[in-house]
Amino acid sequence: MLKSQTGMEDGFLSSVGAEDSKMLEPPTKITALVVDDDTINQMIHHRLLDNLGIRNQVVRNGKEAIDVHCSGKNFDLILMDMEMPATRKLRAMGIQSMIAGVSTNTRERENFMEAGLDDYQEKPLTTSKLVSILHKVHKDG
Amino acid sequence: MDVVVQLQRQLADHTASLFHEGFLNEQFNQLQQLQDESNPDFVVEVVSLFFEDSERLLNELAKALEQQAVDYKKVDAHVHQLKGSSSSIGAQRVQGVCIPFRNFCEEQNIEGCLKCLQQVKHEYSLVKNKLETLFKLEQQLIAAGGSFPTL
Repeated sequence: MLKSQTGMEDGFLSSVGAEDSKMLEPPTKITALVVDDDTINQMIHHRLLDNLGIRNQVVRNGKEAIDVHCSGKNFDLILMDMEMPATRKLRAMGIQSMIAGVSTNTRERENFMEAGLDDYQEKPLTTSKLVSILHKVHKDG
Repeated sequence: MDVVVQLQRQLADHTASLFHEGFLNEQFNQLQQLQDESNPDFVVEVVSLFFEDSERLLNELAKALEQQAVDYKKVDAHVHQLKGSSSSIGAQRVQGVCIPFRNFCEEQNIEGCLKCLQQVKHEYSLVKNKLETLFKLEQQLIAAGGSFPTL
């Protein structure tokens, strides 16, 4: 039975459609970086991840995302608001983390994907969108 | 005991009307799902942030649209932010007005923009009022010894 850091059992994950919740790594092993300049989204994405037992850090923009990686940190998942140059730079640095674009700019989706995304979700982020991203983190890991 | 039941009913009715009348959508439910014993004030905190952000943006919009030479890119950027934050908390009607607002910005249509500004101010003030009532009812219910279901 999986338990998140907050003590929630996998019944929660199942109830939001994570039927293969047993296939997910024990939540405490997955780490994430939230990259978003909007404080409301920072708060929501941080809490969404926390709720699924995923340790996470929040930065405001692509430059800070690059700085945090240059300081030696690494994450399983990066939730990236529209930051194409930073996505390209991280890939060029050899960062192989799963990068999921989370944005409202559907017109730029293809360009954003080409910059090096593994997945793309439209804002606002929800638990079920996050769970679908996380399944991919496990499969690629 | 009756007071608790009455307040629960009032809260349920008020919440239902917020969704029924389109002030809020499913995204608000998402926020409520993220609230628990270890984060008991999550919804109030996020919504308070939304109020602060929106008031700042509405002021900026009013100032920008008063200028002799309106900077429509700046106006559009503010509306884009307002659209984003209203969609993040599920404030559907506010979000809805932002769509034609952005179109008017693209067309550099000052009358359209001013009209949308009035509409978005109106919708914002309505949803703010209704959310404040919601939170007040929740507080009254807790104070009376009751609790409200989180989804």
